Amino acid sequence: MIVAGVDIGSLTVKAVILRDNEVVATSTLITGDDAATAAKTAINEALKSLAERGMSVTLDSLDHIVATGVGRKEVTFAHEEKTDVRCDAVGARHIFPSVRTVVDIGAESCKVIRLSKKGRVEDFTANDKCASGTGMFLDVLAKVIGVGVEKLGELSLKAKKPAKISSMCTVFAESEVISYIHRKVPIENIIAGVHESIANRIFGMMNRVGVEKDIALVGGVARNVGVVKALEAKVGESILVPEGPQLIGALGAALIAAEACGTA
Amino acid sequence: MIIHYGYADGSGEYYLIVDTDKCDGCGRCVEVCPNDILELAPDDYGKVVVRVKDEFVNSIGYICPACKRRDERCENVCEHAAISYSW
Repeated sequence: MIVAGVDIGSLTVKAVILRDNEVVATSTLITGDDAATAAKTAINEALKSLAERGMSVTLDSLDHIVATGVGRKEVTFAHEEKTDVRCDAVGARHIFPSVRTVVDIGAESCKVIRLSKKGRVEDFTANDKCASGTGMFLDVLAKVIGVGVEKLGELSLKAKKPAKISSMCTVFAESEVISYIHRKVPIENIIAGVHESIANRIFGMMNRVGVEKDIALVGGVARNVGVVKALEAKVGESILVPEGPQLIGALGAALIAAEACGTA
Repeated sequence: MIIHYGYADGSGEYYLIVDTDKCDGCGRCVEVCPNDILELAPDDYGKVVVRVKDEFVNSIGYICPACKRRDERCENVCEHAAISYSW
């Protein structure tokens, strides 16, 4: 029984292949302008790595494919589409069975999902109107600061006194950051300030749905340790981050696909 | 399940909140909405409930507060108090 979950995000497509409920291959690539092609390429990419290990499977021979993410409706070859909220919940619970609050920070959206003890979605909110509190916010400000977005986390850990970013708007935050650079504020302090700003924004959403322990952070931005630490400080609780946090939505989709085949 | 449709931005918080456990899918709210932003659709667990159409989620703050002065608005016509606002 081989199934696939594919998560078409605004920036990247993620695919997870499950064989008898075991993750056997994953892939991540840039979405581009055609969601359906990107989804197909992502699954094929993952299948290729399977073939290299002597397991030959084609897209057509997959038992079930579930699509999720913003572009899910465009993936016509998928057998089913499920909302990202449901997939995030299923994926996060699979890795951390005790999780009650799932925070997903993606490239262009963020979500906070509260789950019941049994893992049912009880309350959720999402923001994809405004860049603040998303990966794009980090991306824009990393460019202004002049460091790679992947280095932000590590650099921010050296901060002694985070520089306060008061604007929630990305455009205004950018000019605040520029003025800090002019004033020769150490960049690690500026970066830590940027992370705090994201944490504040997410914390506001968490308060809206109500937080229950344990808390998990998923989505690409969860790879930034600075954001994790800033959010932990804000919430006052430790936060669980799975390995490959950007794959959780696709993992959830794959698990739902497996369930549809009656193996879960 | 409680779903917060909307967003928070520099000017405030704009959420239309639906409690899908209370909603019975009668569609009264969909009928009275003057801007046609609501629809009935199955949720993640297959129950048909009211939802905000995707294309309107990010403009709730410009559309919905104007209904404050209307007596016949989604919040009021719902017999189960399944809809509430954050403004």
